[in-house]
Amino acid sequence: MCTTCGCGQGETRIEGDDQEHAHTHEHAHEHVHEHWHEHTHADGTVHSHAHTHSHTHGHAHSHGHGDQTERPHDHEGLHDAAAPHGHPHADADLHAGAQGRHEHGHGQEQGQGQDLHYGQGPAHAHAPGLSQARMVQIERDILSKNDAYAADNRRRLAERGIFAVNLVSSPGSGKTTLLVETIRRLKGRAPIAVVEGDQQTTTDADRIRATGAPAIQVNTGKGCHLDAHMVGHALERLALADESLLLIENVGNLVCPAAFDLGEACKVVILSVTEGEDKPLKYPNMFDAARLMLLNKVDLLPHLRFDLEACLGYARRVNPGLEVLQVSATTGQGMDAWLDWLMAGLDQARTARAQDMAALRRRIAELEAQLAARG
Amino acid sequence: MHEMALAEGILQVVEDAVRGQRVRRVTEIRLEIGALAGVELEALRFCLDVVLRDSLAEGAELDLDLTPGEGWCLACGQRVTISELFDACPLCGGYQVQATGGTEMRVKEILVD
Repeated sequence: MCTTCGCGQGETRIEGDDQEHAHTHEHAHEHVHEHWHEHTHADGTVHSHAHTHSHTHGHAHSHGHGDQTERPHDHEGLHDAAAPHGHPHADADLHAGAQGRHEHGHGQEQGQGQDLHYGQGPAHAHAPGLSQARMVQIERDILSKNDAYAADNRRRLAERGIFAVNLVSSPGSGKTTLLVETIRRLKGRAPIAVVEGDQQTTTDADRIRATGAPAIQVNTGKGCHLDAHMVGHALERLALADESLLLIENVGNLVCPAAFDLGEACKVVILSVTEGEDKPLKYPNMFDAARLMLLNKVDLLPHLRFDLEACLGYARRVNPGLEVLQVSATTGQGMDAWLDWLMAGLDQARTARAQDMAALRRRIAELEAQLAARG
Repeated sequence: MHEMALAEGILQVVEDAVRGQRVRRVTEIRLEIGALAGVELEALRFCLDVVLRDSLAEGAELDLDLTPGEGWCLACGQRVTISELFDACPLCGGYQVQATGGTEMRVKEILVD
């Protein structure tokens, strides 16, 4: 885990770090404004007990780095160059070990075989000195750190016209097979890169790489979901083409990934018909968070007691705006509609990028005109 | 949900807030959790107990403000209260309800000394 950013619990590994690992990634640090209030407050409505204490106002603003551009930061404590390096990996994987130690492989560095592994253990800030009981207003989202990284990822992807989707599902829904088939069919139409999230193994990334598409595996260790910080690191290691598709396969889990924004354009939830039609009601947060539901393995419908209409009803009950496509990666049924959906998203990303660039060029022209007028 | 990750997120927010400040310990943490956020409160309490151990917020009292779920019924064209994402509109009984509020998960304030 990165103790500066505090990302990831467990032992996350992202492929692709090299051994020195100064960890210079360009995540903008978010601003943290802390206001220290001194006020006397005899019990509020919500508190079950009285706080009577005085507070001073003194705004302790610790906002970092106003320049919202690339600001490399180190991961203190974690990546100790002097730490023992073990763990030879054929494909130069990177691991932050369990105790904040960095273990990584320096095997033969293959072009794309590079894993990143996070350690664990939160950094604790103990501030000694005098103290006085006081209330500190924070008003920050619990996941604000993740959301700041997600916003940064989203900005970087938008600048390059990349359409990113976050594929979420339960384990065994056929995500990887669907991805492999998607890549195969899109060959020649659009460049694709893949981020593969799993707790362990690089099996899925290996399957994707076999198709020729660049892929990077993120092993979350004990973590049940990908977070935006892991994905930010993964993006630095992937050879992403401008105006391309980025498919992020999240950890197989219909619960936790719903809450973690990775900076994607949207979430796509994959439900296979072997799972039962009531999944949308059982895991409503995920179906609410998604823009599109891919109903996968529909070729098996004749063999199953799966109530298709009920399933679609449940899904729309949770999320009235949910789009649905029925597909089978095995037979190819519905795949064209899915590919068209992806290409439409990519077109939008391209158009938005072109508009941004045009606006920038106009601005440059204006400034040059102003300069010329003065010269 | 991922209560352990949330508990760690809470600790991060708290530690960020007190970093560089003269704080001996955090004695109370007040959270705002929406009814539709998918947070299992008992699990969160349990995880926080574990995560806060050995931090300066160890043993801090937990105050939970629960905010109600809110949705927009497309059919009625108005705001309604719901307690689950799949709830029907209490006015028309239809399911054209898009969740609009009650999904927050925030640290509101902490009591320190």
